[in-house]
Amino acid sequence: MASTVTAHDAHEHAHPTGWRRWVLSTNHKDIGTLYLIFALSAGLVGGALSILMRIELQSPGLQLFSNGQLFNVVVTGHGLIMVFFVVMPALIGGFGNWFIPIMIGAPDMAFPRLNNISFWLLVAAFSLLVISMFVPGAPGSLGFGGGWTAYPPLSVSGHPGPSFDFGILALHIAGASSILGAINFITTILNMRAPGMTLHKMPLFAWGMLVTAFLLLISLPVLAGAITMLLTDRNFGTTFFDPAGGGDPVLYQHLFWFFGHPEVYIMILPAFGVISHIVSTFSRKPIFGYLGMAYAMVAIGVVGFIVWAHHMYTVGLSLDTQRYFVFATMVIAVPTGIKVFSWIATMWGGSIRFTAPMVWAIGFIFLFTVGGVTGVVLANAGIDRELHNTYYVIAHFHYVLSLGAVFGIFAAWYYWFPKMFGYVIPDWIGRLHFWMAFIGANVLFFPMHFLGLAGMPRHYVDYPDAFAGWHFVASLGSYIFALSLGVFFYGLWVAYARKERAADNPWGEGATTLEWTLSSPPPFHQFETLPRISGGGH
Amino acid sequence: MSEQEPQTHRELSVRARRTALVCVGVVAGMLGLAFASVPLYRLFCQVTGFAGTPVAGVKSDGSVSDRRIAVRFDANVSPSIPWRIVPETPVVTVRLGETHTVFYELTNRSDKPVTGVATYNVQPDQVGQYFVKLDCFCFEEQTLGPGETIIAPVVFFIDADLDNERDLKGLDSITLSYTMFPVKDGKPLSSSASINDSAGRKRL
Repeated sequence: MASTVTAHDAHEHAHPTGWRRWVLSTNHKDIGTLYLIFALSAGLVGGALSILMRIELQSPGLQLFSNGQLFNVVVTGHGLIMVFFVVMPALIGGFGNWFIPIMIGAPDMAFPRLNNISFWLLVAAFSLLVISMFVPGAPGSLGFGGGWTAYPPLSVSGHPGPSFDFGILALHIAGASSILGAINFITTILNMRAPGMTLHKMPLFAWGMLVTAFLLLISLPVLAGAITMLLTDRNFGTTFFDPAGGGDPVLYQHLFWFFGHPEVYIMILPAFGVISHIVSTFSRKPIFGYLGMAYAMVAIGVVGFIVWAHHMYTVGLSLDTQRYFVFATMVIAVPTGIKVFSWIATMWGGSIRFTAPMVWAIGFIFLFTVGGVTGVVLANAGIDRELHNTYYVIAHFHYVLSLGAVFGIFAAWYYWFPKMFGYVIPDWIGRLHFWMAFIGANVLFFPMHFLGLAGMPRHYVDYPDAFAGWHFVASLGSYIFALSLGVFFYGLWVAYARKERAADNPWGEGATTLEWTLSSPPPFHQFETLPRISGGGH
Repeated sequence: MSEQEPQTHRELSVRARRTALVCVGVVAGMLGLAFASVPLYRLFCQVTGFAGTPVAGVKSDGSVSDRRIAVRFDANVSPSIPWRIVPETPVVTVRLGETHTVFYELTNRSDKPVTGVATYNVQPDQVGQYFVKLDCFCFEEQTLGPGETIIAPVVFFIDADLDNERDLKGLDSITLSYTMFPVKDGKPLSSSASINDSAGRKRL
């Protein structure tokens, strides 16, 4: 290969093979693939934990778990894995690395080696988190069972064993990985766009990733600070969150949710970008209201930083503080509404093809809207008194994350699979996967609204017989969803068994972004001559 | 951005490094803010009475209203300090603006000297900014000898402005609560105060 290099910097065009290609990779596409494989593997672990939970909750009494603490360890593991090691690596590390450089017409990320570090830090973090489940936590049991929010004092004096220290270090390293990744994305998007690609011509997925990267940059250090304080409270006698030394446990909740609320937008904004491209491609129309869509994401990002205390209505905030957070939270429905209506307006009058990516995208829009509506319900401090920490909240955030972000990931998978790997997954497999997942997820999560309204609390291993009916239905839904993953893997197998080559642009004239101008899969190094962007773009 | 001519590799790397440095600065700044939030939050609570933090004041401005409110006294001890703390009376009825003194009886029930400090707040939380303490044993650490008992005063008044607070119109009672803890932060601790908590871990 090296001998074919012409005028460009010769040393950067080596094409490593074998393990060096992957372990030492500095190529954004290879690192993206690594992230996707990692997220898929972690997703199987996190998904298996959730199936354990549903088997336990299928009927009253104790089935699998000998006590509630063990159940909560599984709940905590499920939450942390899904947030930090599935959704974020898939959408940001996976599809972000793969397509941000290509979509903005850049040869690679700005700091390719940093990109490699980001990925391998994440693997180290995941190992620590898995270890934390198998070392002593609460007295007499293994693992940390304080939930992904890790509120003190349960996370400090309630878990004297080293388990949560492993968890804290896992989050530190995962946070460092994400911050480095965010710096890489911001630098790439701000400095390496192809000539003529102004910010206002940039594809919406790149906009989503840019806003996401800024949210990571601002919110993750606050989480790092908060969990560092937990670490010193646990091990070095400080009292940041301990009233005995003048601290305040509520301060931890403020710090955590200052990170935690932007975090939920970090998980969904890249999916917003993907859905925009898919809806536009398969409606064969440019996206409706491009600038409004871009700035709606910016607005969601900005407002996301000033609504954190709506997670804390029950800690004793003054009524005026609650009034402010109710109002600010509801304001977020405005830019979100702009996005949903613009997607619908894009489809309106378009020549729609219901391909696999498109049905996933439409499913995303429907389910995300359901989750958004229950979000507006929960934003009311008065109603939240009743619903705080019930299954209604579980239903709400699984509709926006499990059914929102995860459906976004699968939509992106079926949309970009032929481009990334050069093979075709038969469309009917993607659609069958969608219908099974759609039915399974709704059967799983919709009854949780009823359970929550009836008073079923989170984090409980057992419940009164009155809740048994809907819990049974929810468990059935989770098995249907799990079966749909079998269809997903079957599609992957078919693609690699048949090796049917994908066209450079399998989706036709609606697909207008730069990745469709390259071969499928793209060359190891693309855009040695930078593309020139002219005309209106969107 | 340079829309006319593609930038040279060198220009690009200078610009990229600058952007990355700004990002690193943002990260460092936010990390600093996270830690700065600890003193800022405490200051904020003291100034505004947020989260039921009573205001430490100097003197009443003299305005007294006819509205009467019952002030209940509550006292607790942490399991890790062998003290007893009892208010002389469970409840007093005060007029807004009127200065009152209530005594607490603190007893060290162990046979060693122990240093403790009390945290305090008032319920409902919103009353914090109107509950002014002129003097309180809780402002300082107390050291009690073996078996020693002291009588300690709390001097307080409720700001008459409470009457203008829309959210507190129907309020007829306030609870002032103390919790006594052994002193932390490297101060000398009685060995009897350093006992194992329920989780089995040795706590300072």
